[in-house]
Amino acid sequence: MDARNFTFMFYGFLAAWLIVLVYIVTLARRSGRLRKELEDVKQLFEDKQAAPKAR
Amino acid sequence: MSIQTKPLNSSDAAVPSGPATSANSVVVDRLIYAFAGLAAILLAYNLYQIFMVLGDELQQGAIYRIIFFHVPAALTAFIGFFVAMVLSVVYLSTNNLKWDSLAAAINEVSLVFACVNIVTGSIWARIIWGIWWTWDYRLTSMLVCILIFFGYLLLRQSIDEPTQRARLSAALSIFGCVDIVIVWKSIEWFRTQHPGPVLSIRTGGGSMDPTMEAAIYRNLIPLLLIAISLVILRARQESTAREIDSLRRRLM
Repeated sequence: MDARNFTFMFYGFLAAWLIVLVYIVTLARRSGRLRKELEDVKQLFEDKQAAPKAR
Repeated sequence: MSIQTKPLNSSDAAVPSGPATSANSVVVDRLIYAFAGLAAILLAYNLYQIFMVLGDELQQGAIYRIIFFHVPAALTAFIGFFVAMVLSVVYLSTNNLKWDSLAAAINEVSLVFACVNIVTGSIWARIIWGIWWTWDYRLTSMLVCILIFFGYLLLRQSIDEPTQRARLSAALSIFGCVDIVIVWKSIEWFRTQHPGPVLSIRTGGGSMDPTMEAAIYRNLIPLLLIAISLVILRARQESTAREIDSLRRRLM
């Protein structure tokens, strides 16, 4: 097997999985951010609903 | 799938997700794990076949094996763009935002696989053609496709109003599919640098060793399973974003 040929084949496979992996990491980070944002907004909403009752 | 179609317009609608939603979420999680697990098993088997069973190609040597990811990645992307186009048409005829969200999720994941296709192709070209890139019709039309769908994602980020965003995104998704046809047919219409059609579904057979062609189709299945898992994850994010948006509007 031609060594240079084999090296570039390895680069090709590596590049393919790196792209997918980077996207998965991006997705995971975005999920965490959205979850936190949802909790914050829900908290705000509940505070707003509770405020008139307290008065 | 955890896409929520129920509008948050009643006073109790914004109450944190109940047991039913949690149960749905667990089912979706299990589905994602099942797809990813199956994809991993199939990929392990395919890699064994690609490296240990199939020999080197007579003229290209080992580098030809890139085709086992290059072509399935392109097919995964094309299938995704096409499904997203259909969903965009469905959105335009129903005005239901869940179809727009699903189309956006599919287009984003398909774009990732289109990038895999073009990068692996470029690495293959460096050895076989001696260059990383050339303005060949197939390569250029694929690059245009990537730019169109990258523009699609930028467009979605730049418009806040959900209905307007969905309508314009749907139009761009449909327009992008016209380019997919050009990418697909370009190697028949213009004979330039990129190899011509080799798959028997296009040539009727005889251009490629059947065992090599079978390995391409076998690798398409795990890539599709991975794409579906990613779409489910991405669609869930779109659903959460819609929920946040709806709550924010009610807070105003």
